[in-house]
Amino acid sequence: MAKYIGKRLLYMIISLWLIVTATFFLMRVAPGNPFASEKKLPPEIEANLQAHYGLDKPWYQQYTDYLVNVVTWDFGPSFKYKSQTVNDLISEGFPVSFLLGMEAIFIAVALGVLFGVIAALKQNKWQDYTTMAIAVLGISVPSFIMASFLQYFLAIKLGVFPVARWESFQHTILPAIALAAGPMAYIARLTRSSMIEVLANDYIKTAKAKGLSSGVITVKHAMRNALLPVVTYLGPLTASILTGSFVIEKIFGIPGLGFHFVTSITNRDYTVIMGVTVFYSIILLVAILLVDIAYGIIDPRIKLAGGKKGE
Amino acid sequence: MQSTNDKFKVVGTQLSDAEKISKPSLSFWKDVFIRFRKNKLAMFGLVLLAILIFMAIFGPYMTEYDYKTNDLTNKNQPPSAEHWFGTDDLGRDMFTRTWEGARISIFIGVAAALIDLFIGVAWGGIAGYKGGRTDETMMRAADILSGIPYLLLVILLMVVLGQGLGTMILAMTITGWINMSRIVRGQVLMLKSQEYVLASKTLGANTTRIMGKHLIPNSMGPILVTMTLTVPSAIFTEAYLGFLGLGLTPPLASWGTMANDGLPALRYYPWRLFFPAIFICLTIFAFNVVGDGLRDALDPRSRK
Repeated sequence: MAKYIGKRLLYMIISLWLIVTATFFLMRVAPGNPFASEKKLPPEIEANLQAHYGLDKPWYQQYTDYLVNVVTWDFGPSFKYKSQTVNDLISEGFPVSFLLGMEAIFIAVALGVLFGVIAALKQNKWQDYTTMAIAVLGISVPSFIMASFLQYFLAIKLGVFPVARWESFQHTILPAIALAAGPMAYIARLTRSSMIEVLANDYIKTAKAKGLSSGVITVKHAMRNALLPVVTYLGPLTASILTGSFVIEKIFGIPGLGFHFVTSITNRDYTVIMGVTVFYSIILLVAILLVDIAYGIIDPRIKLAGGKKGE
Repeated sequence: MQSTNDKFKVVGTQLSDAEKISKPSLSFWKDVFIRFRKNKLAMFGLVLLAILIFMAIFGPYMTEYDYKTNDLTNKNQPPSAEHWFGTDDLGRDMFTRTWEGARISIFIGVAAALIDLFIGVAWGGIAGYKGGRTDETMMRAADILSGIPYLLLVILLMVVLGQGLGTMILAMTITGWINMSRIVRGQVLMLKSQEYVLASKTLGANTTRIMGKHLIPNSMGPILVTMTLTVPSAIFTEAYLGFLGLGLTPPLASWGTMANDGLPALRYYPWRLFFPAIFICLTIFAFNVVGDGLRDALDPRSRK
């Protein structure tokens, strides 16, 4: 186990280093000067600005500085908003995005598992067809389209929910649903197929023969094993919730990190784009690692250290 | 009571009957096709796809308007006999733009899938066939690359390299091929130890021939499924980027950029968002269903 985690950590660090390096060099070839504005700056001021942001140093020194900064969790200043650093933006926006993301993950997992289990128990009956039809639709509708439709019909036309902003629990419902719809559909399909596989096992027959109620069999015997693939999906789920959040926050005007990220893309605020990219990459890689480790702990059949893959 | 043989008689079964082939023999792909045809949802997806592609080719010529001519006297018109899908804020015909967008979206999807196919098959094929150190190194490289968040990388490249069709396809394929290479590698690993490959080797076939003649054709099923499922994800990515304002530059239209243009006007001119949005969903839906149907049809366990 320790060996496995060590190996995974090493890969993670290499991936991160690649990301940081790529972002750094991409930032350097990016068109346009960060201080470009309508007025031409006097050369002295520009030189001062360059010195302030460390841009007058040779590239290799800037690069090592950047690496050190990332390691010490300092993503530098924003080029567009002089008084703000990327760290400020993250500490301000991330809690909001985190809350929204957690709500969405909760909806996606809870409803997805519920639908999947129902579909599997009623295989090839109308309940199965209905839930799977909904699931295919859910996978086919991108989150930003789902969000605009929900906003138009439920908020603008019917006025059931607030249209936008981030003030009360009511404001969180539509964005969370829009964000959760796709993953929920995916989880439902995943749960259904693995449930069907598990239900065909002999130990389910044994449980039935013992006279256990179908509720106990479903929950205690079938679901415990059927939900393992869902656990592996939690890593990609985090990724899709994170990136989905950019557009959802834009549509609903939620002041989260995704919203800042989208604004910084429009403003071409390079340091913010790079900083947030690196920040999100770290979160994602850590989340995926945690999920994989958790999977190894939950499922005793899997021996991580053995590494049967690639043998 | 003694039972003797004369109490039994042969009713008609003969030894040679066991060898008789009662059903017409089917090639693998014919069998797959028959099973695919039985899947109503998948067939529906295929028909839908055919319609969408037909409209993408001929749709822009069905009206007298072209996709980039502004007509400021007719802006934001609701759908009517004149403009079937209405007009946008510059008075451009939405019907023409929608199908012009279809061309671009489908082109991006198919191009990304094809590039993924070539890189993925080459990478996964070599890694799986060579095995050992080569395999280890190549797949570790793929593992590390796949650690890079896909959409973030695409966004970053679009910001830095500038918006355009080429950049978009490049950005999508940088990490997109990894999935394909893993699948091909798995297939090749499984197939290369089979007897017919050994037989071919014994007959003196070289690596290229074994790969091209035996390993790749026999992996075609999973490759095809992966490709069909890559297309909708590329179309989704394109739409997503367009929606973030990182899509193609005007006057070119893609569904994503049209949806992005339509969003601010949602309250008053909802059709400007709805038409591109509906077609994004339909296309992704069609590809997904066809891909699912293919996977089920190729799965020998689903044979009845």
